[in-house]
Amino acid sequence: MTATIPVPADSSPPPVDGVSITVDGVPMTVPKGTMIIRAAEQIGVEVPRFCDHPLLDPVAACRMCLVEIEGQGKPQPACAVAASEGMSVKTQRTSEMAELAQRGVMEFLLINHPLDCPVCDKGGECPLQNQAMEHGRSESRFDLEKRHFDKPINLSAQILLDRERCVSCARCTRFSEQIAGDPLIELFERGSKQQVGIAEDRPFDSYFSGNTVQVCPVGALTSSQYRFRSRPFDLVSVPTVCEHCSSGCGLRTDVRRSTVLRRLAWDTPEVNEEWNCDKGRFAFAHAATPEFDTPLVRGDDGILHAATWPEALERVAEGLADARGRSAVLTGGRLTLEDSLAYSKFARAVLGTDDVDFRARPHSTEEADFLASVVAGSGLGVTYDQLENAPVVVLAGLDPEEESPIVFLRLRKAARKRQLPIASIAAWATPGLGKMFGTLLPTAPGAEGEALSALARGGDTLGSDGRRIAALLNEPGAVILVGERLATCTGALSAAAALAHTTGARLAWIPRRAGERGAVEAGLLPGLLPGGRSLADAQSRAEVAAAWGVSVDDLPTKVGREVDAIVEAARAGAYNALVVAGVDPFDTRRPDDVIAALEAVPFLVSIEVRPSAVTEFADVVLPVSTITQRAGTFVDWEGRTRVFGQVFRTSLALTDARVLAMIADELDRPVGRQDVAGMRKEAAALAPSGSGRREVPSVAASSVSASSGQAVVSTWHHLLDEGTLQRGDDDLAATARTAVARVSAATARAAGLTDFVTLSTDAGSLDLPVVVTDMPDGVVWLPTNSHNSNVRRVLGVDHGAIVSLASGGGA
Amino acid sequence: MATPLTPILTAHWDDPDSFTIDGYSRHGGYDALPKALAMEPDAVIGLVKDTGLRGRGGAGFPTGLKWSFVPQNDGKPHYLVVNADESEPGACKDMPLLMANPHALVEGIIITCYAIRARHAFIYVRGEVPHAIRRVAAAVREAYQAGHIGTNIHGSGFDLDVVVHSGAGAYICGEETALLDSLEGRRGQPRLKPPFPAVAGLYASPTVVNNVETISNIPYIIRNGVDWFRQFGTEKSPGFKLFSVSGHVRSPGVYEAPLGITMRELIDYAGGMREGSELKFWVPGGSSVPMLTAEHLDLPMTYEAMAEAGTMLGTATPMVFDQTVSVVKTVTRWLEFYKHESCGKCTPCREGTSWMTGLLETFEAGHGQESDLQIIDDICHQIAGRSFCALGDAAATPFPGAMKYFRDEFVAGTHTSADDAFNPVASTVLAGASTR
Repeated sequence: MTATIPVPADSSPPPVDGVSITVDGVPMTVPKGTMIIRAAEQIGVEVPRFCDHPLLDPVAACRMCLVEIEGQGKPQPACAVAASEGMSVKTQRTSEMAELAQRGVMEFLLINHPLDCPVCDKGGECPLQNQAMEHGRSESRFDLEKRHFDKPINLSAQILLDRERCVSCARCTRFSEQIAGDPLIELFERGSKQQVGIAEDRPFDSYFSGNTVQVCPVGALTSSQYRFRSRPFDLVSVPTVCEHCSSGCGLRTDVRRSTVLRRLAWDTPEVNEEWNCDKGRFAFAHAATPEFDTPLVRGDDGILHAATWPEALERVAEGLADARGRSAVLTGGRLTLEDSLAYSKFARAVLGTDDVDFRARPHSTEEADFLASVVAGSGLGVTYDQLENAPVVVLAGLDPEEESPIVFLRLRKAARKRQLPIASIAAWATPGLGKMFGTLLPTAPGAEGEALSALARGGDTLGSDGRRIAALLNEPGAVILVGERLATCTGALSAAAALAHTTGARLAWIPRRAGERGAVEAGLLPGLLPGGRSLADAQSRAEVAAAWGVSVDDLPTKVGREVDAIVEAARAGAYNALVVAGVDPFDTRRPDDVIAALEAVPFLVSIEVRPSAVTEFADVVLPVSTITQRAGTFVDWEGRTRVFGQVFRTSLALTDARVLAMIADELDRPVGRQDVAGMRKEAAALAPSGSGRREVPSVAASSVSASSGQAVVSTWHHLLDEGTLQRGDDDLAATARTAVARVSAATARAAGLTDFVTLSTDAGSLDLPVVVTDMPDGVVWLPTNSHNSNVRRVLGVDHGAIVSLASGGGA
Repeated sequence: MATPLTPILTAHWDDPDSFTIDGYSRHGGYDALPKALAMEPDAVIGLVKDTGLRGRGGAGFPTGLKWSFVPQNDGKPHYLVVNADESEPGACKDMPLLMANPHALVEGIIITCYAIRARHAFIYVRGEVPHAIRRVAAAVREAYQAGHIGTNIHGSGFDLDVVVHSGAGAYICGEETALLDSLEGRRGQPRLKPPFPAVAGLYASPTVVNNVETISNIPYIIRNGVDWFRQFGTEKSPGFKLFSVSGHVRSPGVYEAPLGITMRELIDYAGGMREGSELKFWVPGGSSVPMLTAEHLDLPMTYEAMAEAGTMLGTATPMVFDQTVSVVKTVTRWLEFYKHESCGKCTPCREGTSWMTGLLETFEAGHGQESDLQIIDDICHQIAGRSFCALGDAAATPFPGAMKYFRDEFVAGTHTSADDAFNPVASTVLAGASTR
């Protein structure tokens, strides 16, 4: 899989007419419409700039990039004048007019700028500082009093504004309005009083607010997280990949004295362009301090005690000695591709079991079949570029803004720039859908499969929007994106596959977690081997055994159990041991059952980063490295391999793969060293060969309906919620969306709901504020894992389940 | 022989009901409308082109040409926006016109919209003049009632709606693209051009933005024809113009005269300089154009002659200053205005106006540094031609003009305050010198 070379099939832009120009006497041909500032960059001439940003619409406000264009009496802004045939441009290098104009603007920019560079976060990486050195005076001619503002002020819990430093370039406001679609900050007042601000009681709670700090060309915007923490020249920067979701963002992680101080979006044109979301930017405290220094072994006193690695491994070997064929492996979504491969091999070759599943969340057999047949081994499929250039994108069970924010940004870009039609099969039109100018095909939970089938039949039953979208789906390049929650909508994934087949549209699965696509590629599903191979297929087994260097007879032949079945089997005493890694029981549909299983199993090995609900019951806890202590690979939703480096190179913490190798050695079933390089070689050897693909599922759609006093739950995660990896970032959490319950007006009326609703199941109840929303009747939506709204943990149900509604008393 | 005044727009301002539809109609008002509706729209554009009418808002762009830039049969709505945001210091011609003869504007709007195929017109009136807004709104209401505006106007099949919109009090909103932003409900700041409003203006649709006086000319042109119009003025500056003369003259006010009249004649019409008063300097078209002195009094007030003299006709709203006035104080006041009104979008205007004002205030207070005069001059050069819109250029205009003729006064500002050098009371009506 690492051998999969991304081949962007039709991502190259259509040929554009070229125009011939000269810049500083150098002739060049550039595509029509190219701004002069971009053309100059092509010959290495940097025209100074502040407001210009290649991904934002030009504004020509700062006037720093003034250049001379032959035949024009006045200098012109290079950022906003498109090259035209025969144009002769002279920059500051060859034109006195341009040079003088730029020096004049620079003088103006500095007169009111405070001289606090020595304490400014931006000092050392500041475009104003750098360009002032290049184009400014060494001494100021300004001896009046500088402009004063109170400093700093909060735009949100995590974004602070120092108005004295602002040069009014409007990059932040344009980013928020154009890219994120969250125009929560705006320029106020006029003239020299002009300043960025927010509306009263409406803080800058955008999921993408951190990007404004990064694009600010001065130190006006800072994050509460990084403010006054470091100087850029004291930082060591490592290119990394975000661990929070399957978007695959390239990041830069900045470290000083063994501490991660900040993360930035790394320029990755094919994936996240120059942006990322606030979760990816600010939520890294989870990796800051590994909680375990040593392995832990449960003593006769029932308490976990620190142990040496040899002691712990010996204990694991004892516990697993009679577990071959009577054990299961549960992994979560945090794993790298390398680690997933190691678990896949460990389960099959060492433990001799196919009871292995990465889906520590609601799931179904239909989903496993879908992943095995449609996703696994499919390589680089639909890409971001293809999304951007598609004739239509249908979202089924996916709210990109909440679940894959970079997909959201790319879809919004296409919708804004080229009116990409986007349709969402969901219960209500989310803010994100509005920002993508998308169309809702209103669908109650459980009816997603039927809606997809209706599109395959021409969309007639979905009204005029449905017919329009259905017609567009037949156009070449159309895309269907399915989200994680379709797993629990019976027949939906089958219907999506059938719709793609009928229309020729391309289909992509966008999981929420960074490790899920890699886990599918690694075969962490019952019956699925690496590279999309099937366990049931002899040829596949032979290929995999050869790559793993084991006898084919060591591999199980019986297709194993899925998570829910493993949990049941464990409670029924079917296993001697469980190996669990990166699983949070509260992410699963029935957390109580999972915990009961962990308690019931005779021997539990937990391979974990930090204490969790699993380690509480473990017989042995083997600590592994955090994301910053290891190198690795994530496979993003596109199927693109995203390789990242080790931030803390001197860390002695071990990866999951290394720990599994040591256990295997202890069990006398050696699997090799399993270091990162070795695992990547193994991944290459296991590249899809085409053998043993499973059948695409064809499960009939079924729907659920609620009787009086009840409603069908529609739920998905907010981007910022009570997820494990967001712990420890209070300012980030303060920008999260408030949990509310949404119902239609009729549903609210029928249940007598006014301000609050109490949702209950036999497991528990939740009290939430009610927001009446245009959505199907008999449905209630609430966020899956937000503050006061932990659907799985408290209600023990998930998307598509029935809950009781009653008027609530308030929280 | 003095150039005669040509009361056309102002002909009946003395009538007690000049602002009503009856008062307007009594003197041939709304007669041009059926005539225009009987013409082909392109013929109306052609006719206006032939008159050589130039925009009366200050820039003097040929009106017919501007109309012809609107792409036709493009499937998009077209808009006419009337710029009634008159805010230039010294300019007071559009507001009196709106007060006394609003129906000329309304009739002009209908004809213009017919010509450019617009079904929707907006009159953007500056927010500080509620009395003028009421007048215009009443005129529009009357025109609706009379069937001049609405659907199928006089059976022509032409539909039109006219909206009177009040600005919120910003000089920048007189800049046409900032006006459009403001009209769309945004913060008034100028837009990047291209695209020009004629192609993508209001709501990204083809839009003509014209001054009140320009549009008010249209009914008279349609009624009387090209040759009639061209008998006034010069080849390059044809027609008649509202000149609002203010300052130290006996009878300040609006005088309607052919372009080409001299300032000396205008001062005479305004009753001459006030008692004991001697002309010191004057500006031909608001504070945004360089000042002139007595030696320029016999220049024809035309676009071309003013440009030749190193200034601009601008809005043709001359301000006259006598010997009691401090040039330093005047220029400082103007710059304070530009500083206050700078929209803040571009660096040169935002920072330059505030720096320049700060320095000028030191001269006004009598403790300027002579070397700062060079800095102020540099600031002007660092703004002129480099700001986002013409308002920055305007702010860079007064100081170099003043320095050309009155450098000594600025140098005196290094030791004597403006109020010490020029008793402020002496320049007011309180000085005892009667203005009438």
